[in-house]
Formats: sequence, structure tokens, C-alpha cells
Amino acid sequence: MHADTEIKFRDSAAKALLDPQLRANFRRAMDGLIFKRKAQFPNPRDLEDLRDLSTAIRSRSLLNLPALLEQFETQATKNGIQVHWAETCDQANELILGILRSKGAKTLVKGKSMVSEEMHLNAFLEEHGIEALESDLGEYIIQLDGETPSHIIMPAIHKNKNQIARQFSQKIKDAKYTEDVDELTAMARKVLRQKFLDADAGLSGVNFAVAETGTLCLVENEGNGRMSTHVPPIHIAVMGLEKVVATLEDVAPLYAILTRSATGQAVSTYFNLITAPRGAGEKDGPQEMHLVILDNGRSRIYADPQLQATLRCIRCGACMNHCPVYTRVGGHAYEAVYPGPIGKILTPQTEGVGVRHDLIHGSSLCGACGEVCPVKIPIPEILVRLRREATHEDVGSQVNGKGTGRTATEDWAWRLWALANKRPALYRVITWFATRFGNALPAGAPLIKDWTRTRTKPVPARRSLSERVRAKGVPHV
Amino acid sequence: MSDARTAILGRLRASGQTGPLPDLDTAVLERKQWPATERAALLRKGMEAVHTEFLEATPADWPAVVRACCDREGFKNLLFGPTSEAGSALAAAWAPGGTHLMPYDRPVEAFKDELFTGVDAGFTGTVGGIAETGGLLLMPGPAEPRLMSLVPPIHIALLRSSTIQDTFWSAVKHLGWGRALPPNALLISGPSKTADIEQTLAYGVHGPKRLIVVLVDDLY
Ligand code: SF4
Repeated sequence: MHADTEIKFRDSAAKALLDPQLRANFRRAMDGLIFKRKAQFPNPRDLEDLRDLSTAIRSRSLLNLPALLEQFETQATKNGIQVHWAETCDQANELILGILRSKGAKTLVKGKSMVSEEMHLNAFLEEHGIEALESDLGEYIIQLDGETPSHIIMPAIHKNKNQIARQFSQKIKDAKYTEDVDELTAMARKVLRQKFLDADAGLSGVNFAVAETGTLCLVENEGNGRMSTHVPPIHIAVMGLEKVVATLEDVAPLYAILTRSATGQAVSTYFNLITAPRGAGEKDGPQEMHLVILDNGRSRIYADPQLQATLRCIRCGACMNHCPVYTRVGGHAYEAVYPGPIGKILTPQTEGVGVRHDLIHGSSLCGACGEVCPVKIPIPEILVRLRREATHEDVGSQVNGKGTGRTATEDWAWRLWALANKRPALYRVITWFATRFGNALPAGAPLIKDWTRTRTKPVPARRSLSERVRAKGVPHV
Repeated sequence: MSDARTAILGRLRASGQTGPLPDLDTAVLERKQWPATERAALLRKGMEAVHTEFLEATPADWPAVVRACCDREGFKNLLFGPTSEAGSALAAAWAPGGTHLMPYDRPVEAFKDELFTGVDAGFTGTVGGIAETGGLLLMPGPAEPRLMSLVPPIHIALLRSSTIQDTFWSAVKHLGWGRALPPNALLISGPSKTADIEQTLAYGVHGPKRLIVVLVDDLY
């Protein structure tokens, strides 16, 4: 049995709701993103066809996953990429540390990678004396303040420019205070260019991995991904094991729907296809390339036919942009690496449905996420399924921590409910008391308190339905 | 960590997730077609919307157009690939004086600092373009190193109208990239940009601040 201690999300969400600046920052940003995405899909038929195709491609890739991973590994190795496998984040961190140490590398410049956030790689490397510097502008901004991303695509979305202006003037050497976005961007450019030039190694995530050619695909607008992967002598990429697809032709529609769903762009500034390190006759590019393939609970998710859909995700962030909960509480309230709807189904599966059952319940099940998801992940259905998993120990279920979200109170409540519903006499007695005296219970009474914290107390009717029907002369009720 | 490999693949296989593969209906991609003569205008529209600049040229006069641009902008130098098709044609037509044509002919380690601080612009060819969304396709390699289109503050790219494809999907098929990809291939749709501060667009965050496309009309 799990005690009622894990209510992180409820409390941090309540706190976030009291911050008008935070709410304004998110509301403005999400409205903009919703509008821009919509403008990219003027034709509903094109949108639906593209979603169907993308969903089919991701489903196919997953059905073939073990074979595709092997094919990818063979091809990438042939191209000169060293492929490593990690079951856990600890293993992945150790692998990367090992690579860096063997080369005497002291500085690592990073392109955006959510998997590296999942691994808490920066903190791990700092502990071991290696500087890990984020170079995506948003990531750089939050790293200066020691924060975590509040959105998977726009990590610094919770901050406004005054906050960033103040931060830059305090933390960047010789920087003056300015709220001009171009000037702020130029400051970051100057600092980071030097870092690209000096870094011993670069790290990136992976948007898609192509099995047939052994290629890593990277989507970005800034160019920091290209800098991190092409300027330093060593390039290390990290990816979740679900990222592989069969062919580059499969990538094309996924890329088309990714940028449109994410930021409402028809195309990103750069789409970088990296197949090999510096080859014969080439004058630049990394001399050495590594790829770390991370499991961290994914193979367990894979084992369940319904939950497997979670792994179709292409990390576009559209589900959070359209989520009424996310928009109001922001990304940090989730206290998880992946916030928003995708985080609500992913985090409990990797960390345990009992440990993070606060997340599974923090949803109104309005369905917006499932409706916009480019790969049609049925997020609301999965949430409902995980709610069951949290309190049941179904045979055959492989869900991490199944049954550990049960609480004694809830258990008793359901037992009483079952009892009352099995015994008509008892049921009648209970409803008789509830209708006559239910209203006398104070709003602050235990159990009722949880409901009335944010809602008015329900007032029971003076007569139960069956009493009223009987009074009308209908027999046998 | 081959143990991890065995364990992971073992777990994936053990779960026995097989079944009929869903069909792929690519009609939505095939619908996106335009006559060759309309593709350049479409590409231009898409790329201009994200601040790409265009210069018009003919198959004969494009080196002069590049030169005039350099003179106008007052570039002290222009980085180019001396052995690439576009690069060697440019060099052959380059009159002495003015902007210095700077060959990228050594390993980057030999002039990394200069590349980062002493180059005004880089010139590359392209292997195609994307009409639907706008975008250039580049294939960096020994003749045109990877950093030429990234590190200099201005990137000038030569694009021939006849190489513009309908979509990225059709370009991948046309160029045969699906079967064998070069070590690095790239799509570029504009100058480097970010919206990480309050969703406000700012150009030139890490890569080139300007992208100038020399569009050669070679369709007639
Ligand atoms: S779950 Fe769907 S909408 Fe959310 S990030 Fe993943 S692909 Fe995008």
C-alpha cells in the first residue's frame, strides 16, 4: 500500500496558479503556438492523411523495432559511428564519461537533447570535473539560472525578456542591461561561438535514426546543433531506443508533421543528416562519432500492446501547447523531465505508476492532446489505463509499479461502496441517512475536504431517486 | 556494454510484438506537385518569409552576380571550395582585386580561429531545392567542407531552378539519398534563427546571420 504522500503535482500546480506572471507568459506563448500550428494545416484532409501516414510509419517502426535497431547498428558501425547501449541512465552517463575521459576531454558543448535531461547528464559530468555547456539559446538561458526546461521544445518559455535581461547583465561578463531581443541574442552568440571553438567534444540528441543508411537526423533552427556536432573533434549523440525508422523516405512525412505541429513552421531552418564522421579527403567534421542508445524503461513500455503507443512520440510538444492544465500551471509544476500530457503518461511508466500517480490524476481527460498528436497517441485512454494500473495488480501486466498507488482510504471507500451496492437494505439505509443528514457534514470533514478544497460542497437531494419514483407509485424499485 | 545490448534486444524480442504492418498511404505526399516552372517562385516565397535574400542570375552571368554582390557588400574575403563545380567556375571568372577568394583547402584544425573570426562570407553550391516549403539541399564533402555554410556570418548559395523538387520526400527519392547517404547532407531554409526569448524571432543566433541565394534560371 502506498501512502498519500505523493501529491507533488497538486501542490506545485496550486502554487503555480498563484503566479500571474508565469500564467501570462505561458498563456501568451501557447496561444501563439496553437494559432501558428493551425495556420500550417489549412486543409483538414491533408492534416488527417498526414497524421494517418505518420502514425502508420511510427507503428511499423515499433513493430519491427528489434530488427531495425540491429540493422541501424550494423549500418552505422559500417559508416564509422561507434554504437553503445545503455539499460539505465547511470550506464549511459558512465559510457559518456568514459568516452570523454579516454580522450582527455574537459569541456562538452551540447545541442538540445531531452534524453540528456532524462539522464541528468550535466550534473553528472560536472561532478566528475567536466564542463557541460548548453548551447541552444533557451537551454543556455535556463542553465545560467540552474533551472530545468519547462517545455520540451522551448525550454525557457516560462521566462520573459525582462527576467532574461537581468540575468544576462548579472551572469555574462561585460554584458550591459538590455531588453532588446536582438542584442540579447547577439550576447549569447558571442559567448557560445567561443565555446564551440574551444570545446573538446560535442553532444546532441537525435530526432530520427534511419536504419537503412545508419543516419542520425537532427531538426533545429539555431545552428547550435550543427555547431555542436561538426566543430568539436568528437561528436557524441544520445537517443531513446524508439527513435529508429526504416528508411529516409519514412522520415520525410514525420519531419513535415513534426515542425508544423511543434512550432507551426512548414520547415525548420536546418535539417541535418549525419551519416558518418569526417571521411577520407574531408577537411572538417568530427573525427570520431559515438551514439548511445538508451532504454531506461522503454523496453518495458514496449512490452504492452496498448502502452507501446507511448513510444510513437516524436516529441513535438503539441500536446502540451494545447493542454488546458499545462497552459495554466506551466512545465515546472510537473516536477518531471517531460512535462504536459506526454510526460503524464511517460513519467509514471518509467518511474512507477505508484510513485507518480499524482501525474496520472492531474488531467481533466478533455482529450485535446490526443486530438492534436501527430502520431495519434491516445493519451487520455492511456491515462485511464494507468489509473487502473496504479491500483490493480493485473496478472500479465508489466507496468512499472503496478498496484503501488493504492491507498487504504480509497480501498475502504470502494469496499463500502461494493458492500452497499450488493445489499439493497443497507443501500436504502445509507441513502436515507445521506439525504436527511448528508448536508450536516462540514465541508472541512476528512475525505470531503479533498473535494471541497477547490470545489463547493455537493448538496444531497432531500429524497433519493428511488424514493421519489416509489412515491409516484412505481412498484419494485 | 554488449551485455546491455543483449538484454535490451532480448527484452524487445521477448515481448513478441508482431503483427501485420499497417499500410503506408503516401497519397498526401504525392498530391504535392507543381509544374517545374512554378517551383522556383514557390521556393522563393517560402524562403523569403524567413528572411532569405535572393539574387537572380542566368547560367552565364551568375559568377558576375556573386562578384557584384561581394563588391556591393564590401566583403574582404569569400570562402569557397576550389575543387567543387560551383567553386571552380567562380574562381575561373574571378577578376583580381576587391574581395579575396579564400580557398577552404586545408583541414579545419589549420585555420579554425581564422574561420571563426576572419571570414566575411562563405560560398557553396547546392544539389537541389524544395518548392513546397522552401529550402536548399546541400551535400558537404571534401570539395565543399561542412562548416562553409555554417560558420561565416553570411552564406551565399548557388541554386539552379532545374534542380528544385516538389517536396523533401520527392527530393530524397530523386537524389537517391534513401539508399546511400553521403557522410553529411543538409536542408537549409533560411538564416539561423531563434524564438527562445518571448517567442520573438531573432536571426543569426549561432549560424549565418544572412542567407543569400543566387537563383540561376536554367529552365529554358
Ligand atoms: S505525445 Fe504526440 S503531441 Fe505530444 S509530444 Fe509526443 S508526438 Fe507530440
